[in-house]
Amino acid sequence: MSAPSLTPSKAASARHAQPPVDGPPRRGGAFGRSLKRNLTAHGFLIGAVLCFAFFSWYPMVREFFLAFQKTDQGEVSWVGLENLETVFNDPAFWQAWRNTALFTVLALVLGFAVPFVVAIVINELRHGKGYLRLLVYLPVMLPPVASVLLFKYLYDPGYGMLNEVFGFFGLPEQQWLQDPDLSMLSVVIASTWMNMGGAALIYLAALQGIPGELYEAAELDGAGLLRKIWHVTIPQTRLILSLMLLMQIIATMQVFVEPFLLTGGAGPEGSTTTVVYLIYQYAFNFNNYGAAAALGLLLLVLLAGFSAAYVKLSRAEDE
Amino acid sequence: MSTRTLISPAQLARPRGKALYWVVFGLVVALFTVVFLGPMYWMVSSGFKDTQEVVQTPPTLVPESFQPDNYSQAWNVMDLASLLGNTLFYAFGALAFQLVFDVAAAYSLSKLRPVFGKAILGLMLATLMIPATVLVVPQYLTVLDVPIFERNLLNTPWAIWLPSVTNAFNIFLLKRFFDSIPRELLDAASMDGASPMRTLRSIVLPISRPILGVVSIFAIVGVWKDFLWPMLTLPDPSKQTLNVGIYSLSNGVPMNVLIAALTMASLPTLVIFLIFQRNIMSGLTAGGLKG
Repeated sequence: MSAPSLTPSKAASARHAQPPVDGPPRRGGAFGRSLKRNLTAHGFLIGAVLCFAFFSWYPMVREFFLAFQKTDQGEVSWVGLENLETVFNDPAFWQAWRNTALFTVLALVLGFAVPFVVAIVINELRHGKGYLRLLVYLPVMLPPVASVLLFKYLYDPGYGMLNEVFGFFGLPEQQWLQDPDLSMLSVVIASTWMNMGGAALIYLAALQGIPGELYEAAELDGAGLLRKIWHVTIPQTRLILSLMLLMQIIATMQVFVEPFLLTGGAGPEGSTTTVVYLIYQYAFNFNNYGAAAALGLLLLVLLAGFSAAYVKLSRAEDE
Repeated sequence: MSTRTLISPAQLARPRGKALYWVVFGLVVALFTVVFLGPMYWMVSSGFKDTQEVVQTPPTLVPESFQPDNYSQAWNVMDLASLLGNTLFYAFGALAFQLVFDVAAAYSLSKLRPVFGKAILGLMLATLMIPATVLVVPQYLTVLDVPIFERNLLNTPWAIWLPSVTNAFNIFLLKRFFDSIPRELLDAASMDGASPMRTLRSIVLPISRPILGVVSIFAIVGVWKDFLWPMLTLPDPSKQTLNVGIYSLSNGVPMNVLIAALTMASLPTLVIFLIFQRNIMSGLTAGGLKG
C-alpha cells in the first residue's frame, strides 16, 4: 500500500497526519502536534460522548444487570434467573408474545404492502403527484394523541364514522376496539394510517430509480402489468424492500403507543397486551424493574438477529 | 421529462388508455383525499359542533351548529397555552442541544478524525441496534438518579434535552454530509490559519444548510410527537407536553372541546410540514433509510 518511492520522512508524515486539516504552522514536535490535534478533536466530541455515556451506553449495560437483580426499597440484590422465572410464569407472558406476533404479521400485511402499492400507484400517475405525496405524509406529522383519539372516535360503535361507511356498503356494523377478535386489527389499521407516509415516500424514491428500458424489454417479451411488477419492479427495489421489511419487523415488535392510547394497553380480554406494554406494566405499575429488564432482554435477543441482518444489508447497499 | 414507468406511453396515448387513465386518476385522488384528509377534516369540523351534533348519527359534513368557542374553551380549560409553551421549550431546547453537540461530534468524526474516532462512532451506531423500548426502563432509572452527578432530572427539561442528543442517526446523517465536503476546501482554510472551530463556522456550516434543515425539522418533530418518554419523565401536570397533557385530561372534557384541542395541538407540526415539505421529503429519501 505504501509506494516504495516515498522518502522516509514523507512516509512518516503521511502516517501521522492522516488528515492534514490543521497543521498550519509547523511548530513543536510531531508528537505535540498530534496531541493538540487530538485534544481539539476530542473537545468537539465530548458533549455528544457524555450524553451517549449517560443516556445510552450506561443504560445498555444497566439493562443487562437489572435483569438479574432485584430492587427492594433501594436495596439491590442479585437474584440470578429469578426475574426470568417471574416473567415466564406470568399468565400474560405468552399472550403478550402472541399478540405482538399477531400485530407484526398484520402490520406486515397492511403496513408493508399498502405503502408499496400506494407508491406504485402514485408513480404511475402523470398528474397530481405532489398533492398525493403530501396527503400520504400528512398523518405522519400529527401528534400521536391526535391521530389515536381521532381513530377512537372513528371506531366508536355508536356514532363512529367507520360503521357509518360500513352501513353505506351494506356491511354489518362492528365493535372494533371492543371486540377481542377485531381489536388488534383495529389497532393495526390506525397504526398503518399514522405511520405509512415515510415508507411510501422511500418506496417512491426507489421506484423512480428503475430504468425505463427494463419495462420496455419486459413488454417486448409480452409481459402484462402484474408480470412487470413481479419481474421488474420488485427485483429492482429488492434491497430497499428487504431493508424496510426488517425495519418494520423491528419497529412493530416494539409497538406500545398505539395500543396504549387506543385500548388502554391491555384491550378487551387482554387482546392488545403487547410485550412492551407488559414491560411498561412491570416497571411503572408494579415497580418490578428486574422483571421489566428480564423481559426487555428477551425482546432484545429476539430482535438482535433482525438488527444484525439490517446492518449487514444496509452496508451492502452503501457499496 | 419523466422517465418511463410500468405503463407504456403508447398505451396511455390510445383513446381507451386515456379514458382509463383519467378514471383511475379520479378514483385515486378521491380515495386518497377521503382516507387521508377525511379524518382530519372530521377533526377540524367537529371542533365547531355542539355536544349533540358531534355524536349524532349520521354525522353532518358541515357543522350545523357553529360553536367556535369550543376552541377558546379548550384553550382555557386544558391550559393549552402552557402545554404549548412547554412543548416549544422542550422542542427548541432539544434542537439547540442536538445542533451543538451532534454537529460538533459529526464534524470531529468526519474531518478532525481523533484517535478512537472509529470506535466511538461504532459505539454510537451500536445504539441503533438496541430496541429503543428496551432501554426505556434503565434510561428512566438513570434520569431518576444520574450517576456521578447524583441528580434527579425528573420534571426538568434536561430529561428531554440530554437524551435527545444521543441520536446516532442524526450524527450519521451529518457525518455522511460532512464527508462529502472536499478536503481541499478545509485544507485551504487551515493554510490561512483558521482554527477548526473557525473552519466549522465559516465553511462547513454554510455548505451544510440543507442537511442542518432536515436534522432540525426531525429534531423538533421528534419531541413534538414523542409520548412515552415525556409521560414518564414529566409527571408534573404543569410541566407536561401537549401529547401527555391532552391525554391525561382527555376523559374530563366534553368531546367537542377535546377535538378542538386536538386540532390546535396538530396545527404546529402540520404548518412546519407544509412550509418545509420539500426539505423533509428530500431528507427522508436521501438518508432516511440507512441507519
